[in-house]
Amino acid sequence: MKIKAPAKAGTMESNDIYIMIQPNDEDGIIIELESIVMKQFGKQIKQVILETLESMEIKNIHVVAKDRGALDYTIRARVETAVKRAM
Amino acid sequence: MERLRRTMLFMPGNNPSMLQSAGILGADSIILDLEDAVSITEKDAARVLVRNAIKDVDFYDTEVVARINPLSSGFGLKDAEEIGRVKPDALMVTKATEEDVSTVCEILTKVEIEEGFEAGSIKIFPLIETAYGLENIHSIIKASPRVIGILLGAEDLTADLGIKRTREGEEIFYARSKVAAACRAHKIDAIDTPFADMNDCKGFAKDIHTSKSLGMTGKAAINPRQVDTIHEIFAPSEEEIDYAQRVIRAMEEAQKEGKGVFSLDGKMVDAPIIARAENVMKKAKLAGLIK
Repeated sequence: MKIKAPAKAGTMESNDIYIMIQPNDEDGIIIELESIVMKQFGKQIKQVILETLESMEIKNIHVVAKDRGALDYTIRARVETAVKRAM
Repeated sequence: MERLRRTMLFMPGNNPSMLQSAGILGADSIILDLEDAVSITEKDAARVLVRNAIKDVDFYDTEVVARINPLSSGFGLKDAEEIGRVKPDALMVTKATEEDVSTVCEILTKVEIEEGFEAGSIKIFPLIETAYGLENIHSIIKASPRVIGILLGAEDLTADLGIKRTREGEEIFYARSKVAAACRAHKIDAIDTPFADMNDCKGFAKDIHTSKSLGMTGKAAINPRQVDTIHEIFAPSEEEIDYAQRVIRAMEEAQKEGKGVFSLDGKMVDAPIIARAENVMKKAKLAGLIK
């Protein structure tokens, strides 16, 4: 599946994550993450973003994520919403 | 399982912090709101977030209800279909009509078959908040066997009636009485409209007493701070429990002696008084006030 336009989802409020995405032809999946819990959970947050993208069959995308302590269900929801908005 | 539904606490559907703490706030039910609490540009985001929350967040014993958007809005049908797939306890149908309730019922039937859920396991909570809804409450309740209760929405109702909503609430006396009587007739719960002024504690308590005295079985809350007060007032008092226990004991003794009607404290006790005593005992047990 290919995204056609830039899109965003989420907020900068506590326990949320702000996701901005844009098409990234041919370059695969690039994730830039900023998080208040980067040291403890950075790898896991990136993994959840990646798994959500893979489950939606997205192969080329540039993701900028600003995390404010979101749990996995929120990360998955915000990534899914951003991708659906970009279709 | 029969459950208490003294409080139904509204939680905004697009707010992760509030969604994930909803199960520990003490309310009997939580209403994850996709309608008024969510701006029109975030309806899609809230639907996905609430769906994931119902799937992954532990709400413990709290009943989980999702309030969907009006079916006429273009969001409501998608809400019902998508949220139905994660099996909430119920969907709340806004500005309900008979047609809306039937449509949501059909969607849930389809979802239950496709997902392998027990037939009829997802319930429906119509929201009565229009003059039409109020005057057609019986047919709205009968529109689906999934209907387990009615929530009265006084803000929209008074707007529809073109009257002023006041703190005292005299203008909704008829609506409250009608909803309470109709729900009692169909043996479902009648949940009263929320009280909006968080700083008026006296007015709030008075409002709960009024709804209890008119036969409402619970009240909606818009802030976790309101939950305890509602539970306190809706719970049977110590006096009520004590009297009910004495009625039941006297009844058991009378039955042993083969008496149909008997007296307690010099007053005749007959079937309605026994029924009320049994009702008080049932409520007290559900609330954990007696074993």
